[in-house]
Amino acid sequence: MNLHAIRAIYVYEMKRFFRTIFESLLSPVISTTLYFVVFGAAIGSRIEEVEGVSYGAFIVPGLIMLSVMTQAISNASFGIYFPKFIGTIFELLSAPINFFEIVLGYVGAAATKSLLIGGVILITAGFFVDLDIQHPVMMVAFLVMICVSFALFGFIIGIWSENFQQLQLIPLLVITPLVFLGGAFYSVSMLPEGWQTVTLFNPVVYLISGFRWSFFGVADVSVGLSLAAIGLFFALCLGVVWWIFKTGYRIKS
Amino acid sequence: MNAIVTVDQLSKTYKDGFQALRDVSLDIEEGEILALLGPNGAGKTTLISALCGITTPTAGQARVGGHDIVTGYRAARAMIGLVPQEIALEPFEKVINTVQFSRGLFGKSRDDTLVERVLRQLSLWDKRNNRIRELSGGMKRRVLIAKALCHEPRVLFLDEPTAGVDVELRRDMWEVVRGLKESGVTIILTTHYLEEAEAMADRIAVINRGEILLVENKADLMRRMGRKTLQIDLAEPVAAVPATLAQYALELAHDGHALLYHYDTGGERTGITRLLQALAEEGLNVRDIETRQSSLEEIFVGLVREDAA
Repeated sequence: MNLHAIRAIYVYEMKRFFRTIFESLLSPVISTTLYFVVFGAAIGSRIEEVEGVSYGAFIVPGLIMLSVMTQAISNASFGIYFPKFIGTIFELLSAPINFFEIVLGYVGAAATKSLLIGGVILITAGFFVDLDIQHPVMMVAFLVMICVSFALFGFIIGIWSENFQQLQLIPLLVITPLVFLGGAFYSVSMLPEGWQTVTLFNPVVYLISGFRWSFFGVADVSVGLSLAAIGLFFALCLGVVWWIFKTGYRIKS
Repeated sequence: MNAIVTVDQLSKTYKDGFQALRDVSLDIEEGEILALLGPNGAGKTTLISALCGITTPTAGQARVGGHDIVTGYRAARAMIGLVPQEIALEPFEKVINTVQFSRGLFGKSRDDTLVERVLRQLSLWDKRNNRIRELSGGMKRRVLIAKALCHEPRVLFLDEPTAGVDVELRRDMWEVVRGLKESGVTIILTTHYLEEAEAMADRIAVINRGEILLVENKADLMRRMGRKTLQIDLAEPVAAVPATLAQYALELAHDGHALLYHYDTGGERTGITRLLQALAEEGLNVRDIETRQSSLEEIFVGLVREDAA
């Protein structure tokens, strides 16, 4: 395995993140604060508790999930799209590395960045609500799995995209609505029965539910099902990335 | 000499049916500078891209240092440095970072001494902390060369390295390439400037429409295919070439002050002695004579035109 190459890609990508550290971290902190002001203080003050948890605390896992997913996707997609856009992809293709090593470098860096952002949001949330995490190890495990899976998904979007508009398309049109409708700000049990069934077709429900369980011990679906959903999503993304490098789809002529 | 790159019936056909390479076979010897010449779209860049792993060939095989470019791609690619035609660099990155990144990508551990040596060799050391976007076009091209050299390749592909570079910088670049050759690096150079190939290459390969037309030692090629022109300056101008000299196919030049005689350098007899005798018999006094060798450019244009016919 070309460990030097993995390290080179990882360090190079992380340096890009740290070059703009202020912007990278400030934006999620501000948006989280806004969510707390609007949903936690303004609207949340009229909602007493959801599933035995104060509404302000209840939305924390969903808020983290929203930022972590979009950040993992945007960092990984930009990371691989940019070399395609400026032409430096030739160096990756001509280097003695395989697809797995390239993915480890880019996806590892994107996952790390989104993990850091997730951590910053968690700390920010701590200033607004009292958080008592019931399953900290599982919380970290869920967070890592989600960061890695969505970074892989972002990597696929970066390869697929042919312009900057396409790069934004899926995060804006697919991920954000799925997170909002996936129980980020409410419990699935609060919905009418018919909509509860419809919601279960949204894969993000399983991710948010599992992550929320690690915080408060309450879940919309079983934890096993949540883990299986993340595992399946990860395997699917890995399969697509493997196919991309095998066929050279949109990276090799 | 040993072949460090062996290309065996390599073909590349794109999805739209365009055949960019047709059964290309070529041996590149260790330590030489091979100039790959061809008009636009001849297949030069496709051949380089196939050898470097950027394009997947549809048929044939190639080896670099004995390693197959597909089955032994890691070992093969580790030996190759590539300087692409287009300047492709991340504009916001520092020179030193992008060079160190390339070294890591090729599986080499960090070596500050080597990177410094490469940057100094290319007159980039003073610019090491500059962002790429702050550099001139010529400097950016040097950065590309530094990136290709920092993992100590044994084979260096230079795809149009001096395109868009001013004359002075081009000469500097030639010095760099000569220095690399002296250090034992095998260089494959594609260029539009035939003067460049003429000045630097040991061997010339001409490619057109995806096919290799010839591979030959440059001096032999120029001797074999080159034509010479003898210019005879006359003491007194003539109005026309005398009829008795018709067999020499002379051309009148400089308003009758000179005669031009074209001859083949590869021929057994050049006919110069007989021509000079015939001129004396005709009573024409010769003031001066000079010869001119046809350039590689003329040979190249002739070959490609012949292939197109």
